Amino acid sequence: MTHNHPTIWRNGLWDNNPGVVQLLGLCPLLAVTNSAINGIGLGLATLLVLVLSNLAVSATRRWLQPEIRIPIFVLIIASLVTVVDLLMQAWLAELSQTLGIFIPLIVTNCTILARAEAFASRQPMARSLSDGLAQGLGFALVLIALGAGRELLGQGTLMADAHLLLGDWAQSLELRLMPADWGLLLAVLPPGAFIGLGLLVALHQRIQRSQQPMNENPADGSSQAIDAT
Amino acid sequence: MQLTLSGPPHFPPINTVGGIMRQVLFALIPALVAHCWFFGWGILFQLALAVGFALAFEAVMLRLRGKPLQPFISDYSAVVTAVLFALCVPPLAPWWISLTGMLFAIVIAKHLYGGLGSNLFNPTMVGLAAVIIAFPIDLSQWLAPRSLSPGLPGLAETLRAILTGQLPASLNWDTLSQATPLDALRTGVAENRMVTEIRANPIFGDFGGRGWEWIANFYLLGGLYLIWRRVISWHVPVAVLATTIIVSTPMWLLGPDVNPSPLQHIFSGALVIAAFFIATDPVSGCSTLRGKLVFGAGVALLTLAIRRFGGYPDGVAFAVLLMNMLAPLIDRLTTPRAYGHPR
Repeated sequence: MTHNHPTIWRNGLWDNNPGVVQLLGLCPLLAVTNSAINGIGLGLATLLVLVLSNLAVSATRRWLQPEIRIPIFVLIIASLVTVVDLLMQAWLAELSQTLGIFIPLIVTNCTILARAEAFASRQPMARSLSDGLAQGLGFALVLIALGAGRELLGQGTLMADAHLLLGDWAQSLELRLMPADWGLLLAVLPPGAFIGLGLLVALHQRIQRSQQPMNENPADGSSQAIDAT
Repeated sequence: MQLTLSGPPHFPPINTVGGIMRQVLFALIPALVAHCWFFGWGILFQLALAVGFALAFEAVMLRLRGKPLQPFISDYSAVVTAVLFALCVPPLAPWWISLTGMLFAIVIAKHLYGGLGSNLFNPTMVGLAAVIIAFPIDLSQWLAPRSLSPGLPGLAETLRAILTGQLPASLNWDTLSQATPLDALRTGVAENRMVTEIRANPIFGDFGGRGWEWIANFYLLGGLYLIWRRVISWHVPVAVLATTIIVSTPMWLLGPDVNPSPLQHIFSGALVIAAFFIATDPVSGCSTLRGKLVFGAGVALLTLAIRRFGGYPDGVAFAVLLMNMLAPLIDRLTTPRAYGHPR
């Protein structure tokens, strides 16, 4: 069982991606990804919480009683989410309103609890930081890919409303790739999220499998993957 | 002279997929002709487009999945999906309606779930539901039937409307299009008018909508042919039609001002084609006989509920999809007891 930094990054971003492999945190993943900027917003908030909670859990791991570790994780995560939520309300009020309940709901995102339990509570702080960044970025990338795809198909734009996150200069970031009335309404409605995520998972598996023949023994590769988790 | 000798049965049942699908296509011909008579050339183009897209997607998906093309293309299942879809969309719907519908029907509902025989949902209805949600406006622009229209668009005008998505300058939607009977009823009731008053509108015929009721009759005829040829069993259509009548009759008797008559329910919208051609799908429907009765009753109940309370004027597509989800469960609960085994 190796937990060197390249493996951690590879796991978070691709092999064991929380969005398209572990399928964790599906509720916010499906609910807010109707535009790229919403995806980025929630992705960054989740990333921040994940990194801080991994660090906090890893730092306190020596003093945690195994019997009550889960409530403690939840307390740590909940306080961090409260901080992030209040920060967003203060500095990014409009974006925070768009994302609504899904910012406080980061506390229930299983990715964060899973990383605390499976990784941070057993590993030193440097690796936990690395893991939080990698998993958080992996999750954010899925959010952004799904959000951008749905926004493009549904409204024909990319990065609309970017000023909500980045300030007024970002209004010029909006890219219109096709007229608004060509949009496929289905893509921005809830079914579009499910279909889009399904297609992303399928794409991930397809790429994963096309790489398989390079391994001499595919069974060997999969057992390694199970070991690593 | 050579006589072939063979053992009975001398009239073998049609038990290939291709044979059954061909029978379904034959059974749809009368309704197609009626559709063409009442609503003009549009249906023929819709048919060509849908079949073309369906076969193209089928070929691409078979290639991607590494399956042989010939046996699967020639089983007509994609053609039946396409024909049923074409019959459910407005005759002047632009070409991308067919493209989107067939993409969802063939690629997503059929092949991503494992191809014919493994599809959880009826492909036609998935395609239809997708376009109803994605293009609500295009899907609500129906033509007025022949006898009411100042003149149905000609061949060239129809083709142009379908290919460009816009009507030629000589025509406009206000004279051509007409609310479908279900739409008219829905808006009328919402405006607190009485059903009898709404029905004075010439788009209503004897039972359902003018033109529509004839097409429904021909679906019925085709359906009876399928029952006679043992392609479908009587259970699903009887359950759908009987439930519709049983549920809507008391509502109509108690409140004839706000509830349409049972016959009007049956003869408008897609209820008859669903009863005989869509809910009878052997793959996504139920397999046990009692299960088929439950399945048909569920389709009818949900359709009535969506027509009465839902956001869309006709709910057949959603009703069938919802019942498709329940079909495995219904089958489980209605499996007959094998002789000598406890339940």
